[in-house]
Amino acid sequence: MYAALWRILPGPWWVRVLILLVVVAAVLYGLFFYAFPWFSAIIDPDSGTVQ
Amino acid sequence: MLGELFITAGVLALLFVAWQLWIGDWIGAAQKNAEGSSISEQWASEFAASPTPTVTPSPTASATPEPTKTAEPVIIPEAKNGAVFGVMYIPRFGKDYQVPMAGGVSRPITLDPIGIGHYPGTPMPGAVGNVSLAAHRTTYGKPFNKIAKLRLDDPIIIETKAGWYVYRFRNLEYVKPGAVDVLLPVPQEEGVKADGRYLTMTSCSPMYWKTERIVAYSVFESFTPRADGPPDVLKGVK
Repeated sequence: MYAALWRILPGPWWVRVLILLVVVAAVLYGLFFYAFPWFSAIIDPDSGTVQ
Repeated sequence: MLGELFITAGVLALLFVAWQLWIGDWIGAAQKNAEGSSISEQWASEFAASPTPTVTPSPTASATPEPTKTAEPVIIPEAKNGAVFGVMYIPRFGKDYQVPMAGGVSRPITLDPIGIGHYPGTPMPGAVGNVSLAAHRTTYGKPFNKIAKLRLDDPIIIETKAGWYVYRFRNLEYVKPGAVDVLLPVPQEEGVKADGRYLTMTSCSPMYWKTERIVAYSVFESFTPRADGPPDVLKGVK
């Protein structure tokens, strides 16, 4: 999977690394600001208040 | 291929834990402080922009600087679920601590995205009775994380559009989650009419659990109308 991704990416190795860094940053941003808050509310909907 | 998928899933799970315990709090706390700061600034500029209807009744001259001067508190109407009505400052929690307060105590509407929630049906700041609040002690910027570090007489300041309400911390208590009597007009006194102006802050205990609640009681000290500018306790904080 990751090997295929590496082959698909264009350019010399440092361009690929650069692209991957950007992708990783984007993925982390999506996780931290959207996916995780959403998931956290689903798995534990009522903590913090009295029923 | 399958192995890579499993590794990816494992990394995601670890990232989630790291987010829940630390990263989400950095993000959440920074967001909430920024939000509180911008709300406060907006109120200040709105007030400055308003063509000074100057209710400011200062006939008694300013020659009497009493030690704890207080105006009759202006009580703002109760905020709707998720509607921001105040900003809380607690110097003990940090100089940059300024967390928005909104109506309601539901997680998805108030506690997670906004910060501090106000129990519906309890009085608004400055009113006689028991102003009751809730916030996370861990996760989502953890507004009440340091609640157990409060010390006697610590100021707790609530800013609303009307002005600043200063409360002084009295004591802590640990109760069971069902102990809603801490929200009574006089905390834990069944059937007693309100005799003073209280503030009750509730949060989870122990940290990262919800088997108990930690409760912080404070008493009202003073109200400063917006026209008079921030009270002295706020100086050096903002």
